[in-house]
Amino acid sequence: MKWTRRDVLKGLGGLPIAGGIWWAAAANSVLSNKERSEILDQLNIEPSYPKSLPSIDGPPIRVGIIGFGGRGEDLCRSLGFATKEWLSRMEKAAQENPKHTALTDFLEQDKLNVKLVGVCDVFDKRAQKAMESFTTKETKFIRYKTHQDMITSGNVDAVIIATPDHWHAPMSIDALKNGVHVYVEKPMTHTIEETYRLKEAAEKSSARFMVGHQHRQTLSFKTAQDVIEKGTLGHISLIQTNTNRNDDNGAWNYHIDEDANEQTIDWDLFLGTAPKIPFNKNHFFRWRKWWEYGSGLSGDLLTHDYDRLNCVMNMGIPSSVSASGGIYTHNDGRNVPDVLQVNMEFPDYNIGSSQEKGKEKGMTFVYSATLGNGFSRPTILMGHDATMELGNRLIIWPDMSSTKYANLLEAKRMSPSKPIYQYDPGANVPDAISSATSQYFADKGLMWTYIDGARVDSTFLHLREWLSSIRNGGKLSCGIQEGFEEAITAHMAGLSYKLGRRIEWNTTDQKIKPIEGVDFDKVLLSNV
Amino acid sequence: MDGVIKPMSLRNSIVFLRILIGWHFLYEGIIKMYNPEWTSYGYLASAQGPLKEVFLAMTNPSIINWIDALNVAALIIVGLTFTLGFFEKKGAIVAIGLLAMYYLAHPPFPWLEQINTEGNYWFVNKNLIELAACLIIYHLPTGDYFGLNRIFNRNKEEIKE
Repeated sequence: MKWTRRDVLKGLGGLPIAGGIWWAAAANSVLSNKERSEILDQLNIEPSYPKSLPSIDGPPIRVGIIGFGGRGEDLCRSLGFATKEWLSRMEKAAQENPKHTALTDFLEQDKLNVKLVGVCDVFDKRAQKAMESFTTKETKFIRYKTHQDMITSGNVDAVIIATPDHWHAPMSIDALKNGVHVYVEKPMTHTIEETYRLKEAAEKSSARFMVGHQHRQTLSFKTAQDVIEKGTLGHISLIQTNTNRNDDNGAWNYHIDEDANEQTIDWDLFLGTAPKIPFNKNHFFRWRKWWEYGSGLSGDLLTHDYDRLNCVMNMGIPSSVSASGGIYTHNDGRNVPDVLQVNMEFPDYNIGSSQEKGKEKGMTFVYSATLGNGFSRPTILMGHDATMELGNRLIIWPDMSSTKYANLLEAKRMSPSKPIYQYDPGANVPDAISSATSQYFADKGLMWTYIDGARVDSTFLHLREWLSSIRNGGKLSCGIQEGFEEAITAHMAGLSYKLGRRIEWNTTDQKIKPIEGVDFDKVLLSNV
Repeated sequence: MDGVIKPMSLRNSIVFLRILIGWHFLYEGIIKMYNPEWTSYGYLASAQGPLKEVFLAMTNPSIINWIDALNVAALIIVGLTFTLGFFEKKGAIVAIGLLAMYYLAHPPFPWLEQINTEGNYWFVNKNLIELAACLIIYHLPTGDYFGLNRIFNRNKEEIKE
């Protein structure tokens, strides 16, 4: 051994360097993991897991579809039934663009124990399309002229209603009275009077009643519920929800079929209780633009946002609603507004507070909509301690003046600009040696909107819950009470916009406070 | 020794380069090793370019844990061989392979969208430059000048005697 001092220094010189780096990296990791788990421990948020439902055993449930337009077709696909036209269109799309996965998603969807046995649609072409696609050797698929024919045929256990709004309640009530299960699209009703009648029918009926707010199945919302209940945000004083659309489809200017005419459409049946007017293709295909059949932003889109939040916060019907807006972006003969701002007051809403007792109580829920701009404004819940963005992803930022997190903020362990919690089942943020942004995109324990690694359609989940309860019972996530609250709130917003005044709710009577000389339903249905 | 005469300043510069690259790899590897939630899933799932399908295949849930473990192991191996100065030629091969994969998963080609980059790149990015630097380390090993090889080789020479 003839080692010189130089040999030892140069031979072993790398050791302290490697050791130092190792120590620094390990210490940094351990520290940041510790800080993060401390914050997570304190927040104690429990991510939601997919609900396991009893299976739909026995003979297949026989389902009829009422209204086979755009949404009707969507609902049938979620049930597992796609039209031939759609299948070939999607096949083509997938060939042209491998990223187009609509077809594979549809084919990979779990099969439900249902039989699609009939259709009702006043437009021959649509009914024909369903007939051609869904008639099989095993299934006799029937077109019924009216919903009563379908309901009383004895061939149908359950109906899915995807008609214009003014038909929702009459059809639902008839079905429930005949013991036929109902899945109805939102808004649940078109007038206040029928809202109460439907509620009574649903409560009296042995049949199961579900309103089609499928987002109640979104797991991030269930996680959000836990966030709110644990007081993570502190007292919430303001909620902002929005509709931002800037295209024809978004403004309800749907495609007008070239084969539509008085011979192919049963116009009187379409009109139902609506004012008798001569055949009008524009009204038929774009019915959402008129109060006579639809309910504009308040019925079509506010209902989504209201129910999203009602499912998370359970705040119920607002004590008062004030709305304003106008037809500012699509002056095309419609009579529903295309810009609408609605303030819903919940003066008694209280889920606990991090400050002294009695200081905080009540909140305002703002719904703000335009059909003339597509800038994406997120849904925001603003609490004294934190702010939450609520969507398919869920992000929480601490508030700089939070009482609850004051110590952590002061110790620089939290910062208002850095989220303290993220739930993002669809995220994939690049991370490798080139960008050492150690982002927690894949909080593995939280990736639960993907069931068994597959993205699952929430409408499918919603329908499955309804079907499972038909066979097995159990509480529905959007039953008559939720539907009642949604419908009344939407009608209050519509009334406030039309009357230009504040509409109030009487909790004791469970009724909208009357205004002298005003017939609310007449106002709601009026064409101005 | 490969017989190439290396001027002192060149040799010192290469040692410096080798240690810096080793430092970079080792730190990244250890950080990932100590973070149980780290995964290469996002980087692979958002891959672009000609080998996109290959990278996407790696995100398969049945193998992603292996891919993650191999990535961490490779980073640490490169880090140790470069900082300590032994088996650095083998380390350089691993480094070149790893960097080539990072480069190809998100190649800075003008027709692809650049995701999460902190600068502007046109065909050449830092991964590619680091890869080129590893080529130099491969061709000009310096572990027998500064590194454990200096000690191992001494021992070997002694045994031969």
